[in-house]
Amino acid sequence: MHRYSFVLYRPLQLIPVLFGISVLSFVLVKSIPGDPVRMLLGTKATPEAVARIRALYGLDEPLFMQYFYFLKNLGIGEMGQSILYKTPVLPLIADRVAPTLFLVIGSVLLTLLIAVPLASVAATWRGRAVDHAIRAFTTAGLGFPAFWLGIMLIILFSVKLGLFPVAGYGETVIDKLHHMILPCLTVALALSAVVTRNLRASMIAELASDHATAARAKGLSESWIFRRHILPNSLIPAINLLAINVGWLIGGSVVVETVFSLPGMGQLLVRAIFTRDYMVVQGVTLVFACATVLLNFIADVLTVAADPRVKL
Amino acid sequence: MSDFALSRGNWLERGIGALRLGRANLNLRLGAGIVLAWALVALLAPWIAPFDPIAHNLPDKLQGPSLAYPFGTDNFGRDILSRVIYGARIDLQMGVIGVLFPFLIGTTIGSIAGYAGGWVDSVLMRLVDVVLAFPFLVLMLAIIAILGPGLYSFYIAMALVGWVSYARLVRAQVLVLKTSDFVTAARSLGFGRLRILFRHILPNCIAGSIVFSMSDVVLVVLSGSAISYLGLGVQPPTAEWGVMIAEGQNFITTAWWITTFPGLAIVFMALGFSLLADGLAERLGLRQR
Repeated sequence: MHRYSFVLYRPLQLIPVLFGISVLSFVLVKSIPGDPVRMLLGTKATPEAVARIRALYGLDEPLFMQYFYFLKNLGIGEMGQSILYKTPVLPLIADRVAPTLFLVIGSVLLTLLIAVPLASVAATWRGRAVDHAIRAFTTAGLGFPAFWLGIMLIILFSVKLGLFPVAGYGETVIDKLHHMILPCLTVALALSAVVTRNLRASMIAELASDHATAARAKGLSESWIFRRHILPNSLIPAINLLAINVGWLIGGSVVVETVFSLPGMGQLLVRAIFTRDYMVVQGVTLVFACATVLLNFIADVLTVAADPRVKL
Repeated sequence: MSDFALSRGNWLERGIGALRLGRANLNLRLGAGIVLAWALVALLAPWIAPFDPIAHNLPDKLQGPSLAYPFGTDNFGRDILSRVIYGARIDLQMGVIGVLFPFLIGTTIGSIAGYAGGWVDSVLMRLVDVVLAFPFLVLMLAIIAILGPGLYSFYIAMALVGWVSYARLVRAQVLVLKTSDFVTAARSLGFGRLRILFRHILPNCIAGSIVFSMSDVVLVVLSGSAISYLGLGVQPPTAEWGVMIAEGQNFITTAWWITTFPGLAIVFMALGFSLLADGLAERLGLRQR
């Protein structure tokens, strides 16, 4: 079979997971305490009116039929109405995708920009003072709360040095870039700890490997070996690590969007929870879960593209 | 692993032995030291905190760090040091309870899945896949949205979401041990399935979960304080580090100390548990340096 044939059949394997995601989202909304019809009509509604609304929304049908309607509506992109914004949920979410996507992609790029040099330095001078300092950073960095890190960066770069805006998203592209640097740096600093740690370990393993020894025996310089042999090989597990951390990354972006008042999906979610806008909560949760599944799939494709030995 | 399988001493002896034998294990000793120190701070909070963590004292509001107030005061004149000390009670409790229930639930489900196999295993593991498909914090927030904000909602959400990692970990171990010789021996002696699972298999695969639970405390404390920061966990005026950081964010231009010190407290508590996890893994031979 062709190496890339999994791109065709893997989505089929994802169907049970997507099915499960939809069931869990349905269960979440079904377990909201209180009767939705009573909430809609108030406590003084007549039993006839309650029964009519119940029939209108299919709430008098068995649970699995209700789930079936829910699924059918999802299929046509219908996720219900937001109580707070008085608009359909899906367009509301679509408006909020850009800042979140910007934050996630920017953070991943910055993470690599921080982690690759740090891990290279630590692996090259293993056991020296530099290595110990970098390892101390990776151990302590695991415990840095992203929201606190964001505020510390605001105090340092915005309040004391006046380099970046304190919060907000900006209008033009340049303006947005200017606004997004600190949020991205916040997530990247927290994430780079775990990435640096793993990258350093795989670099050390690669440095001791047979192919590196063979390259040395050919008389190639250490820097050439590092760039052409060690780095590409140790980046492959890093891609996987980032894929595993996609869920964490999205969770982190929810919090960081709140810290910096970014109008993204995370901020939408948090506001919806406060205002009991359950359809929005359900919609954002569903979209985030599907995004996680999709990003993991993309990471699989990238891994196969980067490493000819991997077969999925 | 091996000494867990072989030693017959009681849990206390083993625990003491683990600490004593870690003489070259700096991570373990440093981690245990930091965690123990936080536990003492939490336990002795009423005696070591110089001020009441909640009572307002408006004449002294927004004072920078000084001899009287080493960490400064907030906008209500409350001493930040005292609040950080009392916060250790909540955050440590959050870490312990937030790990305990996922640990118990996950270990039970994982061992049942691994030992029973067949359709039970398939169903339980598909459930794990589905829960893992959701971003951890997002699913937590969705559950809290339904239960309403608060510390107990956080514990329930944690139990509903956090068990999956333990279930996976334990299941993998049980699958390996299920076919080992000592289990075959126990089975040939006619022992019941539950007895074999709980008395023979589980004690041998629990070490990995315990080490994982130590690093999991870091994740739980970070999530708990983040959820409290968002206003959906512990509620003010309770002195909790995430809550304190949220309260201090309005004053970052004038009073950096309100946000800085609770954050450092989280970092140091997390560091303690990270080091403890690393040290334990090393000590039990679960991970190479």
